[in-house]
Amino acid sequence: MWDYLKLIVLGAIAVLAAIAANYARDLAFMLNAIEVMVVATIAFLWVLRGVGEPKRVNQGEYNDGLIRWGVFLTTFWGIVGFLVGVVIAAQLAWPWLNFEALQGVGNFGRLRPLHTSAVIFAFCGTALITSAFYVVQRTCAVRLWGGSALPNFVFWGWQLVILLAATSYVFGGSQGKEYAEPAWHIDILITVVWVGFLAIFAGTIMKRREPHIYVANWFYLAFIITIAMLHLVNNMAVPVSFFGSASVQVTSGVQDAMIQWWYGHNAVGFFLTAGFLGMMYYFVPKQAERPVYSYKLSIIHFWAIIFLYIWAGPHHLHYTALPEWASTLGMVFSIILWMPSWGGMINGLMTLSGAWDKLRTDPVIRMMVAAVAFYGMATFEGPMMSIKAVNSLSHYTDWTIGHVHSGALGWNGLITFGLLYYLTPRLWNRAGLYSLRLVNWHFWLATIGIVLYAASMWVTGIMEGLMWREVDANGFLVNAFADTVAAKYPMNVVRTLGGLMFLSGALIMAYNLWMTVKAQPAKAAVNANDLVPAA
Amino acid sequence: MEFYTFLRHLADSWGLLFMTLFFVGSCLWVLRPSSKALHAEAANSIFRDDSAPAEAKPSAGKEA
Repeated sequence: MWDYLKLIVLGAIAVLAAIAANYARDLAFMLNAIEVMVVATIAFLWVLRGVGEPKRVNQGEYNDGLIRWGVFLTTFWGIVGFLVGVVIAAQLAWPWLNFEALQGVGNFGRLRPLHTSAVIFAFCGTALITSAFYVVQRTCAVRLWGGSALPNFVFWGWQLVILLAATSYVFGGSQGKEYAEPAWHIDILITVVWVGFLAIFAGTIMKRREPHIYVANWFYLAFIITIAMLHLVNNMAVPVSFFGSASVQVTSGVQDAMIQWWYGHNAVGFFLTAGFLGMMYYFVPKQAERPVYSYKLSIIHFWAIIFLYIWAGPHHLHYTALPEWASTLGMVFSIILWMPSWGGMINGLMTLSGAWDKLRTDPVIRMMVAAVAFYGMATFEGPMMSIKAVNSLSHYTDWTIGHVHSGALGWNGLITFGLLYYLTPRLWNRAGLYSLRLVNWHFWLATIGIVLYAASMWVTGIMEGLMWREVDANGFLVNAFADTVAAKYPMNVVRTLGGLMFLSGALIMAYNLWMTVKAQPAKAAVNANDLVPAA
Repeated sequence: MEFYTFLRHLADSWGLLFMTLFFVGSCLWVLRPSSKALHAEAANSIFRDDSAPAEAKPSAGKEA
């Protein structure tokens, strides 16, 4: 019965998408419609082939099939995102790489949102959904809520969002809001997928067999709920046509700017921080084989982050049309935020107390610890840069880019790598990783890459800020904008090199994980013979 | 502007007070002495049920 309903819905989507492709007003929308049509057709055929076959669900096992896909796709999107990052870093150093034949598709302006979304939403987003599914099942001691259909829809729906957004950006479908570029029709799909994600996560927590909801789940839940709220408010837009990418924002001027940066900063705060803190609170203790340093501190950390982060957004709009009080409020809350951030960092690091020798013997825990250390550095630098006096120098310069990357590459990147190294042998039932030597290589390539990146951006950012404000005795500006661009060349080259090292580390990881699955001997199988039909 | 003014005043009076008290209250609640055993239990909960759900092995499963 359900199968027939699914077939009707998927068939209808495919036909409607074909009609939309026919009426499309712009190339980006037409390509999106064709993609939806193809994906709906594939899903239709997949459901059709399974009609009438008994659905087998092993209730004695966790739902790990999607998590294996998640490990694969996280690695894949990571490499894609880092590669596009290296390309655009090279385009900044050597502008001739904006090839004439690729103008309007492959130039910096089109590739830059592709890079940011590929690393944030594709790499980090897939890592978050994958790890959330893994952690919530283990800490609740139950299989994922929603049968097999809903988790499938959420996981593959998110991949479809990534595919649609990527093609849309490159062909000009962006709505021009940073980190919220997807056009209105993709925003609707994101909303539907996200509601499904929340339902699965909350449903699993509600049927848990553990008395307590482990703290990692609190962070994951805060991440899911807050991102839903941010996404809905920042994407209030009226489409110009049902068959086109263009839409008009409901708010305008400084209100729109404030909503955008309330969204933008909390995307950092809840997507890249709260969700990843959930990872930290599960995977660092697991890899260290010791409980978290202080469970009390982790709960205080949670509430402090929740209450403080949401107010920090206005520091992105210092010295603009934003009212002074709002700007000051954002600055003050950003500085207060330093405290819980470091509380959380100390909690993660001190989990190793009494087991510090693992840093020497286990490169995976070293990667996780380095991630937590970069979290500490980025959350010290951020509040400092939010102070108005510092911001007047740092804003609009590459210092901001450096800050974002020490957080994104150092904290999000390294902890995700640690997660992938942790999950792969367990999910494929392998005795251990293929090579710890290669993990070591990855660790040092990534760390040195980040240091090169961050250091070159500090130098070039401060230089640029000082050059912009330099005036002569008569009060005239000394430097033209192009002078700063020329002066930045060596640092742009170093930045590209740092990115290249980070990318090579990720490639080594991909090889190592692949060989772990292919070449490592399997451990004894568990629960091989207790398949039971679904109720 | 009516609605804006209402929200503005709510935000810096009762709203602020409520959130501050809730935050302080939850911190104090966490720090209460009797929670020590509970927190040790919770912190160690990640080390069980690693490979299979609790239903799969009724003897080891805990009742919620």
